[in-house]
Amino acid sequence: MPTEAAELVFDEATKVYPGRDGAAVDHLSLTVPAGEICVLVGPSGGGKTTALKLVNRLIELTSGDIRIDDRSIRDHDLTELRRSIGYVIQQVGLFPHMTIEANIGTVPKLLGRPRSWIKERSAELLDLVGLDPSYAKRFPAQLSGGERQRVGLARGLAANPSLMLMDEPFGAIDPIVRARLQDEFLRLQEELRKTVVFVTHDIDEAIKVGDRIAILRQGGRLAQYDTPQRILDAPADEFVADFVGRDRALKALSLRTLGELELAPLEAGALDGLPQLPADTNLRDALAVLVGARRDTLVVLGADASPLGVVRRADLIG
Amino acid sequence: MSGLLVAGGPVIPNFGKPNACLKNNGWFCTHWIHEHWHDILQPALIQHIQLVVIAVAIGFAISFPLAVIGYRFSPLDPVLGVFADFLYTIPSIAFFLLLVPLTGVTVTTVEVALVSFTLFIFYRNIVVGLRSVPPDVLESARGMGMSRRQTFWRVELPLARPAIFAGLRIATVATISIATLAAFLIQDGLGAPIFDALGTPDLFHTELLVAGGLAILLALTADFLLAGLQRAVTPWTRVR
Repeated sequence: MPTEAAELVFDEATKVYPGRDGAAVDHLSLTVPAGEICVLVGPSGGGKTTALKLVNRLIELTSGDIRIDDRSIRDHDLTELRRSIGYVIQQVGLFPHMTIEANIGTVPKLLGRPRSWIKERSAELLDLVGLDPSYAKRFPAQLSGGERQRVGLARGLAANPSLMLMDEPFGAIDPIVRARLQDEFLRLQEELRKTVVFVTHDIDEAIKVGDRIAILRQGGRLAQYDTPQRILDAPADEFVADFVGRDRALKALSLRTLGELELAPLEAGALDGLPQLPADTNLRDALAVLVGARRDTLVVLGADASPLGVVRRADLIG
Repeated sequence: MSGLLVAGGPVIPNFGKPNACLKNNGWFCTHWIHEHWHDILQPALIQHIQLVVIAVAIGFAISFPLAVIGYRFSPLDPVLGVFADFLYTIPSIAFFLLLVPLTGVTVTTVEVALVSFTLFIFYRNIVVGLRSVPPDVLESARGMGMSRRQTFWRVELPLARPAIFAGLRIATVATISIATLAAFLIQDGLGAPIFDALGTPDLFHTELLVAGGLAILLALTADFLLAGLQRAVTPWTRVR
């Protein structure tokens, strides 16, 4: 039951909190194409969470407009608007007194779906986010942080929204689990193709997750809105260059994998002692391995762990 | 055989047919308990339960809307809280006497005092329970499109249950104990046989012990039952 992903447009969206100097979000204009992940990133005070909450009207616009598939969010009934948008937050906000199944079924229940439908749907979603079906009857307190966040994601997806809002969804999770959740989220997105607005303060996460990145600066002004590659290759100004960091060339390496390079043929017997890496390793990690091993060449492995060819250090950074 | 009666002057009706145990003013004369279960002890116990159930039910019914108001409109909370606190601190017997000019020597007087006593316990616990709901839970409820009313009934109130039940248990047990003082005013509840026993020249031990014991037993039973009910309606608090 796939829903068409929605196109999201910020049109001069502005939020000024009463009694405070300056705007929190200042004439923000950008378009998120249907089915893409737009990451809002920036320093604290950049208004990224405010911008996100403007979309489901947890915070009301002061001026400007936001449109979902050409329809202004002001023209929607408030609760209907929110029920049609998936919402995932950092602290997850699972209902402690409800089972995992009931948590996942929150929005479907609000929409009047029958109990049997909710049961089936939550089993399907548990599977989708990689949790055992036995979790359905557990309570949130029985889950680890990473598992809770998976449930949060499943809950956000439950009513099959065409737009997802994710506010630092992996922010409170330890780095190893976070990296895994990011990978799984990206794999899910391959399949689901939702339009996603994703807030983070972590530029590395933004580069990894985003199809497009919007960098917001103090006062909620848009500094640059572009693909990760473009932002790393050509920062619009000093602020963006500063924010992405001096290692932006290295970060750019993380956008490509060994499999995308032209490989040199294997020379028989020459593999001895060379580092071996799977083809889906990104170039940044590959370079790190080469530096660590004090080598100049590495072997690229295929999916079946058979060597495909070799790559030289110069090819990585060239 | 009639030594006690002769020596004791006026006949004390509760004594019934004197036997050796009664003559010695024993602490647990089963004969007397058996004889007077139906005309003294059981009615007193039932009256006591009625006094308590009515007081707790009315107290809860009044506190609940007040607590919701205090929770929703926080400027009102201190006002309501202090008022309930004031009623709570008035000593019960003094309260009975203060009310007599208004409601007379009636069960109403007793109930008004008992209800006033429970208000503070209920009010505080309900407000604390509602306030204990984590902000991220409220935000996700709002963000997923729950109306205010839905958020209250489906999220805030269930999550306040542990604190509300804590209040219910304290209020019930405390009211069971204070309700014995009702006999200061009216011949109702387990206080009546206790006061009777205290009124006899050399304290009728069996009646004192049995009536007092019933009050204690009632309090323990009520707390046990409410604790069981609490477990049943808050399953998430028992998992780990």
